[in-house]
Amino acid sequence: MLIYLIRRLAQSALVLFVMSALVFLGVYAIGNPVDILINPQADQAEIARATAALGLDQPLVVQYRNFLVSAFGGELGRSFASNVPAVDLILQRMPATIELAFTAMIIAIVLGLPLGLWAGLWPDSASAKAIMAGSILGFSLPTFWVGLMLIMVFSVWLGWLPPTGRGQTVNVLGIDLSLFTWDGLRHLFMPALNLALFKLALLIRLTRAGTREAMVQDYVRFARAKGVSERRIVRVHVLKNIMIPIVTVIGLEFGSVLAFAIVTETIFAWPGMGKLLIDSINVLDRPVIVAYLMIIVFVFIFINLIVDLLYTALDPRVRLGGARA
Amino acid sequence: MALFALVLLAAIVLAAVLAPVISPQNPYNLAELDILDAKLPPGATSVDGKTFLLGSDEQGRDMLSAILYGLRISLGVGVISTLIALTLGMAIGLAAGYAGGWVDAVIMRIVDLQLSFPSILIALVLLAVLGQGVDKIVIALVTVQWAYYARTVRSTAMVEKRKEYVDAAMCLAYSKWRIVYRHILPNCLPPLIVVATVQVAHAIALEATLSFLGLGMPITSPSLGLLIANGYAHLLSGRYWMSFFPGVALLVTIVAINLVGDHLRDVLNPRL
Repeated sequence: MLIYLIRRLAQSALVLFVMSALVFLGVYAIGNPVDILINPQADQAEIARATAALGLDQPLVVQYRNFLVSAFGGELGRSFASNVPAVDLILQRMPATIELAFTAMIIAIVLGLPLGLWAGLWPDSASAKAIMAGSILGFSLPTFWVGLMLIMVFSVWLGWLPPTGRGQTVNVLGIDLSLFTWDGLRHLFMPALNLALFKLALLIRLTRAGTREAMVQDYVRFARAKGVSERRIVRVHVLKNIMIPIVTVIGLEFGSVLAFAIVTETIFAWPGMGKLLIDSINVLDRPVIVAYLMIIVFVFIFINLIVDLLYTALDPRVRLGGARA
Repeated sequence: MALFALVLLAAIVLAAVLAPVISPQNPYNLAELDILDAKLPPGATSVDGKTFLLGSDEQGRDMLSAILYGLRISLGVGVISTLIALTLGMAIGLAAGYAGGWVDAVIMRIVDLQLSFPSILIALVLLAVLGQGVDKIVIALVTVQWAYYARTVRSTAMVEKRKEYVDAAMCLAYSKWRIVYRHILPNCLPPLIVVATVQVAHAIALEATLSFLGLGMPITSPSLGLLIANGYAHLLSGRYWMSFFPGVALLVTIVAINLVGDHLRDVLNPRL
C-alpha cells in the first residue's frame, strides 16, 4: 500500500509538471508573451521595462524555471483588471463555485440513486421506462439551454425564483455561503438544478446497470433462498456492492462539475471562479486565466488521487491491479 | 424508435443542406430584412403579408430561416471536426495498438491524461489561447475528440492483431502497412462507427456551448449556439422564441443522433 501510495504521488507530481509545461508553452510561448503579460495600454518605455522585469528577455528554459519557482510560491501574476494577485482573486471566488458544485452533486445523488435503483429493480415497468427516457433526455439536453429555459419558466413566467446572482450570504467559519439563508437558497436552487441535470442522468444509468447486474448474482439468490426479505436484500446486499463504482464516479465527476460550472455560472451570473474565467477571457486578463488553469489542474489531480486512494480502500480487489500498473 | 430517429435525422440533414432553397428568406441578406418586422412573436404576420412561423429577432430576421441556416453551420462543424478527429485518432490508435511497447505506453498515457480532464475545459483553454474563428473551433473540437477514437481503435487493434488472419497475412510476407490498413483496420471499424456517431452529437453540443459563452463561432457564422446566445438578451423581457426554438432544433438534432447511435451499437454489438 505504501509503495502504491508513493508511486501514485510521483505520478501526480509528474502530471502536474507536464501540465505546467503545457500551460507555460500555451500562454507564454505560442502568443507573444509581451502582449499576454503586459497591459496592452502600456507605452513603449514601460513595455521595455516590464519585459526586463518579468524576465521575458531570458531564454525559454530560464523563463520556464522562473515560472515554476514563482508558481511554487503561489505567485501567478497580478490581474490587469483589478491589480490584485490573480491567485487571491480566484481563491476568493472559489467557495461560491464549490458551494454550487456541492449542492448540484447532492441533488444528483439524492434523486439519482433511488430513481436508478427503482429502474433497475423493475426494469419492465412503465415508470422505469419513463425514468430511462428521462435520463436519455438529460444526456441530450444542452446544459446552457436548459438553464435559459429554467430562467424563462421560473423567473419570467412564474416569477418564483430570482434569475441571477447569489443572494444574501451568511458567513460560516470564515466563508460566505448562500446555503443557510432563504434568499440564498432561492438563488442557489436553479443553478444547482441546472448543473445537476447531466450528473443525475449519469447516476440513474449507472445505478440501474449496477442493480440489474447485482440482482442476478449468486449472493442475491443465496440470500433469497435463506429467506432474507427483499427489502434487506436491496438495502444490504445490492446497495453495498453497487456503491463502489458509484462512489468512484461521484468523486471523479465532482471535477467535471467544477468545469461545467463555468457554463452554469455564466448563465445565472453566479459569482464563482468559472464566471471569473469567462470574464477574464473576455477582457483578456491573462494572468487570471493562467492562474485559473494551474489551480484547476491542481484540483483535478488532487481529486483523481483521492478517488484512487478511496477506491483502493473501499475495494480490496483493486489493490492488486493498481500495484501492478 | 430507431427508424423514426433515422428518418428524423435524415430530415434534419436534408433541411440543413437545402436551407437556401426551403427557408422563407435569406436571413443574412440585409435587403430582405425589414426592421419594422423586428421582435414579432411566433405566427405573427408582417405588414407586407409575410408570416413569421417561429417569430423574428431584433433585426426582423425570420427565426425559422435563421435556424435552418444555423443548423447547416452546426452540423457542418460537428461533422467536419468529427471526421478529422476520427482520421487522426484512428491513425494514432492503430499505431499504438499494432506497435505496442513504449510507443503504445507513451500514446496511452497522453490519452489517459487528456481524458481525465473534461472536454469543455480543454476546449475553453484552447480557444482562450487561439482566439475566435471557425478554424479555431474545429481545432479545439478535434483536440477534444481524437483521444476517444485512439483508445477505441487501439483496444480493438490489440485483439485483432493476435487473430489468425493476421498471422496468415504475415506468412504471405505482406508489408506492415498493408496488414494494418487492409486487414486490421476494416475489422476495427464497427466500434469506431458507433463512437463517431455519438461524438458528432457531442461535438455539436460542445460547439453550441462554446458559442454561447462567446468563445466559439464568430458573429459571421451564426450557429444554433450563437442564435441562442443572441436570444438570451431578450429572454428576461419575455421574448422566449429567439432562444427557445434554436434550442429545440439543437435538442432534436442531438436526440436523433444519439438514438441512431444507440441503435447502431445494438446492431454492430461491439463490446465498448
